[in-house]
Amino acid sequence: MTRASAFFFRHRGARLGLTLGAPMLWFLVIYIGSLAVMFVSAFWSKDVFSGVIVRSWSFTNFQTLLDAPVYRTIVLRTLRLAGMVTITDIVLAFPLAYFAARLASNRVRNALLVAVVIPLWANYLVRVFAWKLILTPNGFLNWAASPFGFSLNLANSEWAIWLTFVYLWLPFTLLPIYGALERVPNSYLEASGDLGAKGWLTFRRVVLPLIVPGIVAGSIFSFSLTLGDYIVPSLVGNTKFIGNVIYDSFGIADNVPFAAAYALVPVAIMAAYLLLAKRAGAFEAL
Amino acid sequence: MESKTARFFIKSGSLIALLFLYVPLGLVFLYSFNASIGQKWPITEFTTKFWSQAWQSPDVREALVNSTMIATAATLLALLLGSLAAFAVHRFRFFGRNAVSLLLVMPIALPGIVTAIALSASLDTFGFTFGLFTIMIGHATFCIVVVYNNVIARLRRTPGSLVEASMDLGANGWQTFRMVTFPAIRSAVVAGGLLAFALSFDEIIVTNFLSGTELTIPKFIFNNLRQPRNRPIVNVVAVGVTVAMLIPVYIAQRIASGGGEVATGSGRREGPADTVAAAAAAQAGQGV
Repeated sequence: MTRASAFFFRHRGARLGLTLGAPMLWFLVIYIGSLAVMFVSAFWSKDVFSGVIVRSWSFTNFQTLLDAPVYRTIVLRTLRLAGMVTITDIVLAFPLAYFAARLASNRVRNALLVAVVIPLWANYLVRVFAWKLILTPNGFLNWAASPFGFSLNLANSEWAIWLTFVYLWLPFTLLPIYGALERVPNSYLEASGDLGAKGWLTFRRVVLPLIVPGIVAGSIFSFSLTLGDYIVPSLVGNTKFIGNVIYDSFGIADNVPFAAAYALVPVAIMAAYLLLAKRAGAFEAL
Repeated sequence: MESKTARFFIKSGSLIALLFLYVPLGLVFLYSFNASIGQKWPITEFTTKFWSQAWQSPDVREALVNSTMIATAATLLALLLGSLAAFAVHRFRFFGRNAVSLLLVMPIALPGIVTAIALSASLDTFGFTFGLFTIMIGHATFCIVVVYNNVIARLRRTPGSLVEASMDLGANGWQTFRMVTFPAIRSAVVAGGLLAFALSFDEIIVTNFLSGTELTIPKFIFNNLRQPRNRPIVNVVAVGVTVAMLIPVYIAQRIASGGGEVATGSGRREGPADTVAAAAAAQAGQGV
C-alpha cells in the first residue's frame, strides 16, 4: 500500500487516470456514444414502402419537420404551454418564496422549505395521477365548485395539462426565487426606505432587479421540464406536444430517424434558452 | 417595511401555494382507502382491502423486486463512478476539465426523452436485449450525476489545508484519504447514494424506453393508470411508494445537514436550505 501510494504521489497522470478513467469511459462510451448514435440517425431515413431504415445521409427528416405544418404547430403549442406554465409557476411561487425568505422566523422558514420539497419526492406519476383524480367530472374540483353554482369539465383538456405541469414544477421554480430573495441584503431595503421610497417602489427598483437571476434560474426548470415531457399530455390530456411526437415516432411508428431529428428541436430550444439565461446571470443563482 | 396590504397578499398567496401543493397529495392518500372503484368525490365508503390485494398481487411484487434490484445496482455503480469523478474534477487541473464538468451535468440539462431515445436506439443497435440490465445502465447514468454533485459540493467546502496537514504529519496518500478526506465527505457520499436510490426507484421517462417487458414500480403505475379495473391497486401502490420513498430521503437530509461540519472543522453549519436545494437539483434530473 505504501509503495502504491508513493507511485501515485509521483505520477500525477496515474492518479488522474485512476480517478477519472472509469467515469469518463462510462460517460463517453455509453452517454456521448448514444447521443452520437442519435444525432447521426437523425440524418437517416425510413423508407415509406419497405419500412427499412436507410442508412445514408439525407435531410429528409428535417425537410419534413419544416414542411409539414403539423410539426410546426406542435412546436409552437409546446412553447406556448411551457411559457404559460413557467409564468404561472413564478406568480404562484413568489408570495411563498417571499414569505419564507423575508417574513418568517428561522424555524418557520425551515419548515416551509421542507414542505415545499417533500412533494417532489412523491412519485412523479403519483402527482400526475392526483390531478387526474381531481379533474374527473364527478371529482374533487367540481365538488368544490358546486357550492358556487358552476361546474368545470377540465378532464382531458389542455387546461388539465397546464395545471398538472404547474403543480409538478412549482417547487423547482420556488427554490431559486427563494434563494435570490434571501440574498437581498436588508441594508439595501433600509437605504431605499431612508431615501424616501415606499414599499412598492423599493420592491420594483431594488428587490426585483436583484432577484431576476433567481427567477430566470427557476424558469429554466419549468421550461425545460415541460418541453421534454411526454407522460403528462398522454395521461391527463389528449393533445400532442413535442414529447408525444418523439414518443410516438419512436415507439409506435418505429421511425427512429424521425424521432431523433425531432428530439433535436427541444435540445436546440434549450440551448438557446440556456444562453439567454446565462446572460441574465441565472447560473450564479442556481 | 412591507405595508399591511402587502403582507396580507403575501400571506394569502403563501397559503394558496401550500394548499395547491398538498391537497392533491392528501386526496391520493384518501383515495387509496376508497371502497368504490369509481373516482367520485367525496368518498362514501372506506376500506383497506385493496392494500392487502396490492400486497398479494404478483405483478406488484415482481415490480417491487425489480425496482429494488435496479436501484441498488445503479446506486452502487453511481457511488463508485460519481465519487471518483468528483475527486478528479476537484483535485486536478487538466486539459478539458471544463468540458468534463459540463459533460457530467448533461444528463440533467437535456430533456429526459432525449437521453431516453438516445440510449434506447444505441443499446438496440449494439444488440442489447431490453430488460433489467439496460434499465440499470440508463438509471446509473443520471445517478452518477447526483452522487457527483453531492460529493463535489462537499469537497469544495472541505479545506485543502487538512490534506496538507496530514501529508506534513507523514501520512501517505492512501492514509490521508482513509483518515482525513473520506471522513470529511462520508455523509455527502451517503446522502448522494440515498438520493440516487430514490431517483432510480421513481424513474419512468427513461425506463419506458429501456425496459422491454420487465415491470418496475413506476411502470406498473403507468401501465395500469388507464385501466379502471386496476385503479384501486394503483392508488395503493402510489401511496405505498410515496411513503416508502420519504424514508431514504429523510435520512439523506438528516445526514447531509447534520454531518460534515465536525470533520471539516470549518464551523460553517450547512443550513437545511442547502440540502433542500441539493435535493431539488438532484430530483430535477429525473424529469429534465
